[in-house]
Amino acid sequence: MMNNNGLEGLVIKVCVGTGGLAAGSQEVIDEFNKTLAARKVRAAVRKKCVSKTGCRGFCAKDVLVDVVRNGKSFTYQLVSPDKVSRIVDEHIISGNPVEEWLVGPDYHTFHSKQTKILLQQCGQIDPEDIRSYIDIGGYKAAKKALSLDPFEVIEEVRASGLRGRGGAGFLTGLKWEFCKMSGGTPKYIICNADEGDPGAFMDRSIIEGNPHSVIEGMIIGAHAIGAEKGYIYIRAEYPLAVDRLRTALSQARAKKFLGKKIFNSRMNFDIEIKLGAGAFVCGESTALMRSIEGKRGTPRPTPPRSVNKGLWGRPTALNNVETLANIPIIMNRGAGWFASIGTKKNTGTKLFALTGKVKNTGLIEVPMGISLKEIIYDIGGGMEDKNRRFKAVQTGGPSGGCIPASYLNMPVDYESLVNIGSMMGSGGMVVMDDTTCMVEMARFFLTFTENESCGKCVPCRVGTKRMLEVLTRITEGRGKEGDIDLLTELGTDIRLSSLCGLGQSAPNPVLSTINFFREEYEAHIKDGICPARACKSLRRYAVDAELCRMCGKCFRVCPSGAVVWEKKQKAVIDKEKCIKCGACYDACPFGSIL
Amino acid sequence: MSEGKLKITINGIEAACEKDETILQVAKRLGVRIPTLCHDDRLEPYGGCRLCLVHIKGVARPLSACTTPVADNMAVTTENDTIRKIRKTIVELLLSNHPNDCMRCEKSGDCTLQDLSYEYGVDGSRLEGERWDLPVREANPFIRYEPNKCILCGRCVRICNEVVMAGTIDLTGRGFYARPDTAFGRPRTLANCEFCGQCVSTCPTGALTDKKSMGRGRACEMKKVRTTCGYCGTGCNLDLNVRDGRVVKVTSAYDAPVNHGNLCIKGRYGYDFIHSFERIKSPLIRKGVKFVTASWDEALEVMASRFKALLKKYGPDAVGAFSSARCTNEENFLLAKWVRTSLGSNNVDNCARV
Ligand SMILES: Cc1cc2nc3c(=O)[nH]c(=O)nc-3n(C[C@H](O)[C@H](O)[C@H](O)COP(=O)(O)O)c2cc1C
Ligand code: SF4
Ligand code: SF4
Ligand code: SF4
Ligand code: FES
Repeated sequence: MMNNNGLEGLVIKVCVGTGGLAAGSQEVIDEFNKTLAARKVRAAVRKKCVSKTGCRGFCAKDVLVDVVRNGKSFTYQLVSPDKVSRIVDEHIISGNPVEEWLVGPDYHTFHSKQTKILLQQCGQIDPEDIRSYIDIGGYKAAKKALSLDPFEVIEEVRASGLRGRGGAGFLTGLKWEFCKMSGGTPKYIICNADEGDPGAFMDRSIIEGNPHSVIEGMIIGAHAIGAEKGYIYIRAEYPLAVDRLRTALSQARAKKFLGKKIFNSRMNFDIEIKLGAGAFVCGESTALMRSIEGKRGTPRPTPPRSVNKGLWGRPTALNNVETLANIPIIMNRGAGWFASIGTKKNTGTKLFALTGKVKNTGLIEVPMGISLKEIIYDIGGGMEDKNRRFKAVQTGGPSGGCIPASYLNMPVDYESLVNIGSMMGSGGMVVMDDTTCMVEMARFFLTFTENESCGKCVPCRVGTKRMLEVLTRITEGRGKEGDIDLLTELGTDIRLSSLCGLGQSAPNPVLSTINFFREEYEAHIKDGICPARACKSLRRYAVDAELCRMCGKCFRVCPSGAVVWEKKQKAVIDKEKCIKCGACYDACPFGSIL
Repeated sequence: MSEGKLKITINGIEAACEKDETILQVAKRLGVRIPTLCHDDRLEPYGGCRLCLVHIKGVARPLSACTTPVADNMAVTTENDTIRKIRKTIVELLLSNHPNDCMRCEKSGDCTLQDLSYEYGVDGSRLEGERWDLPVREANPFIRYEPNKCILCGRCVRICNEVVMAGTIDLTGRGFYARPDTAFGRPRTLANCEFCGQCVSTCPTGALTDKKSMGRGRACEMKKVRTTCGYCGTGCNLDLNVRDGRVVKVTSAYDAPVNHGNLCIKGRYGYDFIHSFERIKSPLIRKGVKFVTASWDEALEVMASRFKALLKKYGPDAVGAFSSARCTNEENFLLAKWVRTSLGSNNVDNCARV
């Protein structure tokens, strides 16, 4: 923050989440510092002149920069170093914002339907400075919790209705109560920051934007269950998040929020970071604990549950990053307030990573129970390509299910999602339009889970492999009569008999697409056609004479002279000469190559 | 009912049990069979094969009997249509990545996988797809490892780490390509292996077999003769597998009171001496430079007279006895007693002490 030259409260905030950094936010920060120094804006010599904020979700338009001048805030999108000097001269010095670079109406609809509780803090504070978290009331909740009886804390969390954000939606208060009641010491609290779902970055964003909220949540949890030691299990592929956590932990230790006799109480509590090597299955609770113990990260059957026999065989509470980040908020603002957001059994907000064929992609925070339609059309701004139709949305990451248009009004909550064969998961949301082949989509997701299977149990190890082989042959035009039934049969058995959640949910994308898009499977198998025209092997490389407008683009790109065309003539492809490279298919502007 | 006892029912049969027992343990006690593949009583519960899934009243998902602890008033059903179907699928999936060459397999007739294939009437041919194609590993005198027959029950790995504590093998890779192996796939001879054959003893398939017994008889042709191992005083029970009057293999049963089916390299593989031409079958007395065959009476007579002569000439301090760790405690006790009372000497020791 800097105050100078009569520019009261001048703040420049640059988005420095992983997304922002990848888009070049460090260069933008450097450029601001340099330019401000050159223009002799006084505070420029101080390091803090540009404050760093965590991710705020509008990833498609990074780097985002807020300029707060005389109490008014303006947000610039797609800022690059070469734009900095004009922003400084025209806006910061002369007071005229550069209109053409400001965010458009998209940015505002993107934000207006959201309920930002966790993300709001992320944007407010400097994640590398504990003081900025304390300034907005940070660590008050922990101090308050420590003055209460552990059971009062548990009751508060329980009354808030908070459910685990790691996917299963177990009541956090109840989990803590079980752990508290369980005999045996020492006890442990673990934060699950493995975040293995491809395309998910909710937890990473929280840690990068507000690492102290997670630490504070863990302190409160530790007090509730009676733990003296906590672990944060985070994947090594999150270097920035790990760095910020390390900084935050040492700052918290310096303030005596961690260590011996924290907050001048009798409680000792400290947190250790454990780096995961990136196996998806290590996000599963029992595998995660084995991994911390230094063993091969494979799940074990439950019961006995971790709250009774967890890390090193001791009672352990494992909570997700987002779950823990909600805890200080609940302690500060009260269970009743939290429970008033969302629906009766699904309280509070949930973060989602909205991706795929929607206009606005990024990280969003919405109240539980919001409809899919609101997310996709209001926040997401609808289809990316106006000419395309919405087809389905995959929730719950690679092991979730595909939800078709007819369910768009469905509320997003744990039960509704499971009821139609999908799940909440950690909050991935992939939107598909009518160019997406559902068989290929199911194959794509299953490829991930099959590859990530730890191999311990038979149904998941061999079953997902066999399912994937069947799906592959269907998308390659070698599908057989009976394949759909075989997939359904295997999927049902694998779901029921696998050891851990990975295998139990791996068939979801297949079963849900068979359920809602069976005719697409049939078209592949019986007619050898991919209705979305996405499966390469099923392309016929013939010209649909009705669609052809005689432009000749295919003729020009064909490397093997297989296209026969003359001006004002429809193109024809010579099957003998065609090498199936796909050049004509990509070149045709009218989609007339079949 | 004593304190701490719980009551459960399995297929309607009531049973009293302790709270740390598993469903499988109670079922075994009741004589109710639940099929298993990855379970071995000598090992920690694992829950990998999923064959022992049972239905528990009020629980939506079937749970593995080998890992699930009993709870008061639990009502277990060991098989219903869903569970039978799951078991069929599991066996079918396993066989879909298996050579299915039972005709020439060493394990045929003594193979859990083969029995399950028969029981559930499936052979895996319905599911085509990739199969492992890995070379046989047998660069050692005792153990033949044919990875293609491995069903990844993890029993070999667990026995080597939990019971033998040799740490020779572990699971490597993941998913479809996970398999037990030594570190960096080195030969067992270079991987700290004790060649106790414990891994072979627990393998439910033909993946791990005794090399020395290859082709020397099917399980049904063997007469099993229970005896006690002569190599040390522990007293492990062995089953000599005899065919046509010859010992062709050594196994050990789980109900062996001392060793519960565990053996070391000597007990399991050190049986060649039995039929060796060089084997000494009667006492030998040295005459000049030659050893001459003698009867036990002759041999004892020589010993007694020599002891007597020595005692007379030099006194009891000049004689003594050294006994063997291969003897039992009782035998060692008798020897010490004899030295002290008959010879009158305190010079008695045992090789186990050095
Ligand atoms: C295959 C698999 C992967 C998982 N990955 C994660 C993960 O990356 N992060 C997470 O918080 N939970 C993950 N979970 C869920 C955890 O097992 C566990 O339920 C959760 O961390 C508990 O915290 P919560 O109650 O706060 O949700 C995973 C579960 C499975 C089965
Ligand atoms: S379901 Fe898959 S990931 Fe889970 S234990 Fe079984 S093989 Fe491993
Ligand atoms: S023979 Fe013994 S030491 Fe060697 S791998 Fe097998 S169990 Fe381990
Ligand atoms: S080698 Fe035998 S004991 Fe070892 S995992 Fe394979 S099947 Fe099981
Ligand atoms: S015997 Fe229980 S899962 Fe294998």
